[in-house]
Amino acid sequence: MLTFTIRRLVLAVPTLLFISLVIFGLLQLAPGDPMAQVPLTVPPEVKQKMREALGLGDAWYIQYWKWIVQFFWVEPQVFLDYVFGTNFSEGKLRVLSWQTRSPVMEIVVQRLPQTLWVVGTAYVVAVLIALPIGVYSAYRQYSVFDNVGTFVSMIGFSVPPFFSGVLVIVIFSVNLGWFPSIYDTTHRVVDWDSFVVQLQQMIMPVMVLALQITAQIARFMRASMLDNLNQDYVRTARAKGLGERVVVLSHVLRNSMIPVVTVIALGIPQIFGGAIITEQVFKVNGIGQLLITAIQANDLPMVQTLTFIFAVLIVLFNLIADVLYGILDPRIRYD
Amino acid sequence: MTDEPQSHIEPGPGEAQASDVLDAPLPTTPPRSQWAEVWRQFRHHKGAMAGGIVFVLIVLGVFVGPLFWHVEATYIDIRARNQGPSLAHPFGTDQLGRDMLARMMAGGQVSMSVGMTAMLLALFLGSLIGVLAGYFKALDNLLMRTTDLFLALPLLPLLLVMVLLFREPLNASFGPETGIFILIVVAIGVTSWMPTARIVRGDVLALKEREFVLAARSIGTTNTKMIARHILPNVVSPIVVSATLGIANAIITESALSFLGLGFPPDFPTWGRLLFDAVDYMQQNPERVIMPGLAISLTVLSVNYLGDGLRDALDPRIRGR
Repeated sequence: MLTFTIRRLVLAVPTLLFISLVIFGLLQLAPGDPMAQVPLTVPPEVKQKMREALGLGDAWYIQYWKWIVQFFWVEPQVFLDYVFGTNFSEGKLRVLSWQTRSPVMEIVVQRLPQTLWVVGTAYVVAVLIALPIGVYSAYRQYSVFDNVGTFVSMIGFSVPPFFSGVLVIVIFSVNLGWFPSIYDTTHRVVDWDSFVVQLQQMIMPVMVLALQITAQIARFMRASMLDNLNQDYVRTARAKGLGERVVVLSHVLRNSMIPVVTVIALGIPQIFGGAIITEQVFKVNGIGQLLITAIQANDLPMVQTLTFIFAVLIVLFNLIADVLYGILDPRIRYD
Repeated sequence: MTDEPQSHIEPGPGEAQASDVLDAPLPTTPPRSQWAEVWRQFRHHKGAMAGGIVFVLIVLGVFVGPLFWHVEATYIDIRARNQGPSLAHPFGTDQLGRDMLARMMAGGQVSMSVGMTAMLLALFLGSLIGVLAGYFKALDNLLMRTTDLFLALPLLPLLLVMVLLFREPLNASFGPETGIFILIVVAIGVTSWMPTARIVRGDVLALKEREFVLAARSIGTTNTKMIARHILPNVVSPIVVSATLGIANAIITESALSFLGLGFPPDFPTWGRLLFDAVDYMQQNPERVIMPGLAISLTVLSVNYLGDGLRDALDPRIRGR
C-alpha cells in the first residue's frame, strides 16, 4: 500500500508538470496585452521596459521556467516564512497578478475561505442527505419512495445550477423576500442575530450546490446497496437470525460504502469547478468568481495559477480515492 | 445410383414425432431481430418512453415551429417591449420588444445543433481512441495515459480560456456566428470524449478474446475489416448510451458558457444566452428567466431518461424482464 502511494505520488509529478505546460501553452496564444490600459502618452520604449519588467520579453520556455520556480520554490518559502517567521523568500519575485500587481497567492488566500465555506457546507449537507436516501430507496426498491427519489435525483442531474440558482432567487428573494439574493462576504458573525443573517444568505447557494451533489451520490449509494443486498452473505446473516437493522446497517451498508466513499472523494474537485457558476449566480467572491474576472481582464498569471490549482486538486483527490479504495477494501491489492 | 427419389419410407414408431414436426405449419412470423427486441424492452420503460416523446416534441417544436411562426427572432419592436403573454406574442416580448416565442425557437435550434454536433464529435473521438487503444496493444498505454491526462484537466476553466483565446481569430476567419459555433463545438467535443473512450476500450478488450474474432482472424480478415465488420457493431450499445449523455452534457456546457458571457454574441439567441439576458429583468419579468431555463432542464431531463431506458434495453441481461 505504501509503495503504491509513493509510486502514484511520483507519477503525479510529471502529470502535473505536463498539465501546467498545456495550460501555459494555451495562455501563450492569448491575444491580450497587459499594457493596453497604460495611457497613450507613455512613450513606446517605456512601455517596452514595463513589459520586460513583467517578464514578457523572454522566450516562452524561460517564462515557463520562471513560473515553475515562482510557484514551486518561492511560494512554499513564503508559506514557510508566514508560518515560522523566517525570511527565506526575502527579495524573491513571486507570481504577480497583472490586474492588481500584488502576489496571486495572496489574493487566492483572501478568496479561499468564502469558497471553502459555501462549497464545503454544501458538500457536507449533500452527503448527509444523500446517504440515507440512497440506503432507503435501495432497501425498498421500486416503492413510491424509491420512484420519487429517482425522479428527484434525475431532476438534480438535469437542472443546471445557473437555472436552479436563478429559480430559487426568483422564488425566495424576489417573490417571498425570505433570503438575500447576494452573498455578502464582508458580513461578520458576532452574535446570534448576525449568525441568523449568515445562515439566511448561505441557504440558497448551499441548496443549489447540494441538490446536484445529492442527486449523484444518492444514485450511486442506491446502486451500490442493490449490488450488495442480493448477495449470499446477506442471506446468511438473515438465516443466523440477525435483525433487519443489523443486517442492513452494519453488514450491507459497510460493504456498500466502499465505492461510495471513493466517489465522494472524487467529487470534491468537481465541486470547485461547478461552484464557479454558483458563485457567479449568488455573487460570492470566491475562487470561481476570481477566475472569471481574471479571464475577462486577461490576467494571465492569475488564470494560469488558478487553473493549475484546480488541476492539482483533481490529481490529488484521484490519488486519495485510489488509496482509500485500497485501504477500505482488503480484497484490493495494488502491489 | 441414388438420384432416383425414394418414393416412400415407412416411419418407424420412434420417428412418428419427427414427421409430425415436419408436417407442422411453417412459422409465419419471422424471428425477431435484435433491434426489435431492444424496442420491445424500451417500450416497457415508462420514463424512457416519456423522455423520448418529450425530446421529439422539443426537437420538432424548435426546428419545425418556425415554419408556422413567421416572426423574426431579431426583429425589434421597441414600442411592444416587456409585454406579457398575448395573442400576438404568446410568450411575451423582451426588453427590446423582440418576440420571445421566436427567440426561444431560434435559441433552441442553436442549443440543439451545438449539443448534437459536439456530441457527434466527442463520440467520434471517443470511439476512435477507445477502439484503437483496445485493439492495438502497442497504442494502448499511450492512448490511455492521454485519456487520464485529459480527465485530470480542469475542464470548465479550460473551456473558458479556450473560448476567450480563439474567439477573435475564428470570428475573423469564419464570421461571428459560424466562428463561435465551430469554437464551442470543438471545445466541448475535445473536452468530453474521455468517458466514451474508456468504456469502448474496455468492451473492445473483452471482445478481442472472443471466439468469433479468432475465427475471423483465421480466415485472414484484415484489421480494418475486423474493426468495421466485427468490433464496431458489437460496441454500438455503449456508444449509443454515451451519445445521449453526451447531448445532455453538451447542452448544459454550452448554456453555462453563454451564461458566463463567453458564448455566442448577444444578438444571437441560445437558451443559455436568453437566460443570462433575462437575469437583469428578473424582478419585473420572472417568466423570461423561467422559460429558457425550463427548456434546457426539460431537454436534458428527457435525454437523461432516454439514455436510462436505452441502457436497460440494450443490456441483454436485463432484457425480457
